[in-house]
Amino acid sequence: MTTSETHRVIDAVWRIESARLIAGLARLVRDLGLAEELAQDALVAALERWPEAGVPENPGAWLMATAKHRAIDLLRHNKLLERKHEELGRELEAQERTMPDFNASLDDQIGDDLLRLVFTACHPALSTEARAALTLRLLGGLTTDEIARAFLVPEPTVAQRIVRAKRTLSEARVPFEVPCGTELAKRLSSVLEVIYLIFNEGYSATKGEEWIRPSLCEEALRLGRIVAELMPNEPEVHGLVGLMEIQASRLRARVGPTGEPILLLDQNRARWDWLLIRRGLAALERAEKLGGALGPYALQAAIAACHARAHTPEETDWERIAALYDGLAQLAPSPVVELNRAVALAMAFGPATGLELVDELMSEPSLRNYHLLPSVRGDLLSKLNRMDEAREEFERAASLARNARERELLLERARACGR
Amino acid sequence: MRFMVLVKANEDSEAGIFPDEKILAEMGKFNEELVKAGVMLAAEGLHPSSKGARVKFEGSKRTVMDGPFAETKELIAGFWLWQVKSKEEAIEWLKRAPFDGGTEIELRQVFEADDFGANLTPELRKLEERLRAKIEAK
Repeated sequence: MTTSETHRVIDAVWRIESARLIAGLARLVRDLGLAEELAQDALVAALERWPEAGVPENPGAWLMATAKHRAIDLLRHNKLLERKHEELGRELEAQERTMPDFNASLDDQIGDDLLRLVFTACHPALSTEARAALTLRLLGGLTTDEIARAFLVPEPTVAQRIVRAKRTLSEARVPFEVPCGTELAKRLSSVLEVIYLIFNEGYSATKGEEWIRPSLCEEALRLGRIVAELMPNEPEVHGLVGLMEIQASRLRARVGPTGEPILLLDQNRARWDWLLIRRGLAALERAEKLGGALGPYALQAAIAACHARAHTPEETDWERIAALYDGLAQLAPSPVVELNRAVALAMAFGPATGLELVDELMSEPSLRNYHLLPSVRGDLLSKLNRMDEAREEFERAASLARNARERELLLERARACGR
Repeated sequence: MRFMVLVKANEDSEAGIFPDEKILAEMGKFNEELVKAGVMLAAEGLHPSSKGARVKFEGSKRTVMDGPFAETKELIAGFWLWQVKSKEEAIEWLKRAPFDGGTEIELRQVFEADDFGANLTPELRKLEERLRAKIEAK
């Protein structure tokens, strides 16, 4: 095996093992930043040794053992060694003796460690960007460079973000633990928010020439699926996974041959990914079976499911979608939800009904720069044959759209309204 | 990217004999690992070929042949569909599967839209556009 082949194998092993490795180490050293450094040291050691010695039979255990040795060395040779650290060193050594094979330790332990990792990386003390970067790095096993490319920001920016995030966690003395009681619900929504943010950045890129970046959607889906298995009894996790699976099922269909966006109702449904739809519907069912009222993600998944179940646009159950949006508006009221509700109402009961609600939203300050408001209004006006007004709205929408592809589509719609 | 992992048939699987409890338990654990890692998209096991059939195409003629089929080692007994970042990741996962006794398991990359993206010639692109227009007109 050539060195570069071995390096690709190491990448793959890292992808599979890094989260468990970092999570397990963080429990031992009680510091996420240090845990990651130790894991990185083990990775460097693998890069040095595996090309010559070959990939060990149990690479995960090798990495863990190497990282633990580093931890012990580090603590031993640290001149500012505190008593606490000494204890920790002894604890580590004791564990080293009693637990030589990390993979043989209980699965539950690994699950708990990973869950702690998720909640710590998504801690509210961090900015949303920092949470996303840290989650992709620590749980997703992505390199700083990969994260930078995914978010179209320079690599040093991401590196800085991660360094600062780790410092913030350490300075705020954020414990490496899973929150409990009432705190859990709040913190869980922070985790889900981060995953959905990553997904959306891939699904509807806010920057750049490309309209979608499927690899980012895949990363978010993977994170969602992992968290769903870590917390199988939380309906909203399944709701989010269901929502992402169904939305991702349309990735192929929502981009035309030259990269232009294709709206949901214009998509060729034969190009939807029916495997992901099936998975999405199953996830939604899991959320529903856990009982209780559907949360915001499950409601959105249920809305997405209405579209997924319709084999043609005409079969869409718009009344049910309008009702689900009504539920969502009560649970998580926001102008954007209202705008979507307006679209559903227009489809269910005619464009005039929808336009009424849209007009109410015109004075909403948070939507002032939101291109979809004039875009929807333009659409409804054109359906009501008010073409001059419609054209103005599409032009305004185009001037607000940040994505190049989307802007083109809106200008095209403006032109279609004639002069 | 997606990989399909193809498990070939053997005499037992063709005879409808299930693997013993120990192997099933190990396989169950492996499947669980795949689900927990967010890698597993689908996994299916297939009935013996005696329950299947083949259709042969010649011009307008269709000939149906019922199973079982003789060439056991060429037959598929089951498959996984995995979502991974690289072929190496798929291989690393496969290496952890609890197979033994000289079994060979094949993994194959699944075509996705991106694979065509850059290679799609202008002619094919036009064809696709026409197709789309036709579907939309319906």
